[in-house]
Amino acid sequence: MTGPSPALAATAPRFDVKRARQDFPALHQEVHGKPLVYLDSAATSLKPQAVIDAVDEVYARDCANIHRAVHLLSQRATARFEAAREKVQLFLNAAKKSEVIFTRGTTEAINLVAQSFGRALLREGDEVLVSELEHHSNIVPWQILCQQTGAKLVVVPITERGEILPEAFEEKLSDRTKIVALAHVSNALGTVLPVRELISLAHNRGAVVLLDGAQAVSHVEVDVQALDCDFYAFSGHKLYGPTGIGALYGKERLLEGMPPYQGGGDMIRSVTFEETIYNDLPYKFEAGTPNIAGAIGLGAAIDYLGGFDQAAVHAHEDALLRYATEALEAVPGVRLIGTAPHKVAALSFLMDAAHPHDIGTIVDSEGVAIRTGHHCAQPIMEHFGIAATARASLGMYNTTDDVDAFIGALERVQELFG
Amino acid sequence: MDLRELYQEVILDHGKNPRNHRFPEPYNREGRGYNPLCGDKITLRLQLDGDTITDIGFLGQGCAISQASCSTMTQALKGKTLAEAEELFGKFHTMVTSDDGTDDDLDALGKLAVFAGVREFPMRVKCATLGWHTLNQALHNERGEARTE
Repeated sequence: MTGPSPALAATAPRFDVKRARQDFPALHQEVHGKPLVYLDSAATSLKPQAVIDAVDEVYARDCANIHRAVHLLSQRATARFEAAREKVQLFLNAAKKSEVIFTRGTTEAINLVAQSFGRALLREGDEVLVSELEHHSNIVPWQILCQQTGAKLVVVPITERGEILPEAFEEKLSDRTKIVALAHVSNALGTVLPVRELISLAHNRGAVVLLDGAQAVSHVEVDVQALDCDFYAFSGHKLYGPTGIGALYGKERLLEGMPPYQGGGDMIRSVTFEETIYNDLPYKFEAGTPNIAGAIGLGAAIDYLGGFDQAAVHAHEDALLRYATEALEAVPGVRLIGTAPHKVAALSFLMDAAHPHDIGTIVDSEGVAIRTGHHCAQPIMEHFGIAATARASLGMYNTTDDVDAFIGALERVQELFG
Repeated sequence: MDLRELYQEVILDHGKNPRNHRFPEPYNREGRGYNPLCGDKITLRLQLDGDTITDIGFLGQGCAISQASCSTMTQALKGKTLAEAEELFGKFHTMVTSDDGTDDDLDALGKLAVFAGVREFPMRVKCATLGWHTLNQALHNERGEARTE
């Protein structure tokens, strides 16, 4: 989270947040008579007009099923769908387009790996390693798999600051560890995990590594080849794209050996009642008519982001996180949950004066949208001995004005409850 | 939207200093409530003599709305019969979820009427009714937890 030096900052490309805000129509509305301050991008990010237009255009113009008909509409839809796959490939720096499988989102991608790869691989006594800060979506699929196979779920503990230390990780690795499933970035705490080092440690013990990139893709650069992860899952809707679409990256060698996840159309080459020949990658894993407009919308989101210097966007977000952290720490009675030195975009906190749910309602009445609850990460809450937190999370379109409005709204909480 | 409609003085007071925040001794009914959305958890215990609630109390944690609702509920129920308790629950539920209640219903609810503002905050209805669902479970001696989901 170190910012650029002043000398670098002068020459680095600047990110014009005021201009970018013009691209997000949802920002320009009032809620409860106040201008909207959207600080819930970790739940879902708002969508730029370019994404909305792309989805709209699919239904208004190129509305056809893909990979099937010879007619022009189908050709156009197929071309745009496959172009979107290529955009995802380039975005993740995957070696091949066929290593990108469209899914409904991160959750489905993780379930796909658990049920296809994991179920074929695991035997009784094998171990699946996750961390204590995982989202439920990166816990429950592995629990189900363990119940099915007799494998054991092993958990790497977090520190009081909300970090996963390589030493703690190494301690839990064993020769029985077959699969390691880790968040790239924690949704509840914002912690960035030292994934490159953890992946290398896991590979040394012969384990395969899946990264849950749901919270990472919009805030840190992702290069699956440089990371050397075996699987990478993410959702489009946290990357300024539509809901209901996401992707799974998998190394070709692994994907080739995996049985299909679901049976249906598109995933087959030929069907008789005696035998079905499965289609090639990536279609083997894309049963049924996919979310065509969603995939094209995700491609549009990647294109939109490509119009900015990503390092400049990330620097903007990092600076804003520092600004917000300092401002929040200065509010009397506030306790931050998750203070890892390497964090992005999320501030989980408690207030002495009020329960997170009450904080959420009061700041909402001031136009400020934050999330309250356990953030689908109950083990983290248990670790800190709390039931819930309030969480403000940042997107590329947030400004110091947003943070100031948020801090102002917290003063309203103090007024009512103090 | 007026926040004061929701966070009335009575609610803030009971949220901060809940009454009957203890377990009665002896007791012969217990209910447990959990709101998985926000993690609020309460345990409600009461002593039922014949069909009269002679003592009632709760422990647990939660937001101001859920704590104040449990607190005022226990105050309202002490000395009430089962039938009266169920009638109050019905009126309370109607008040926080719809516009169907009458002025007579509001009168019957007494202090509980301060929760009328919850109706304007659909996301908070479950906070206000957690204690009541837990009561229902305790009275019917159901196993497990009363859930708002």
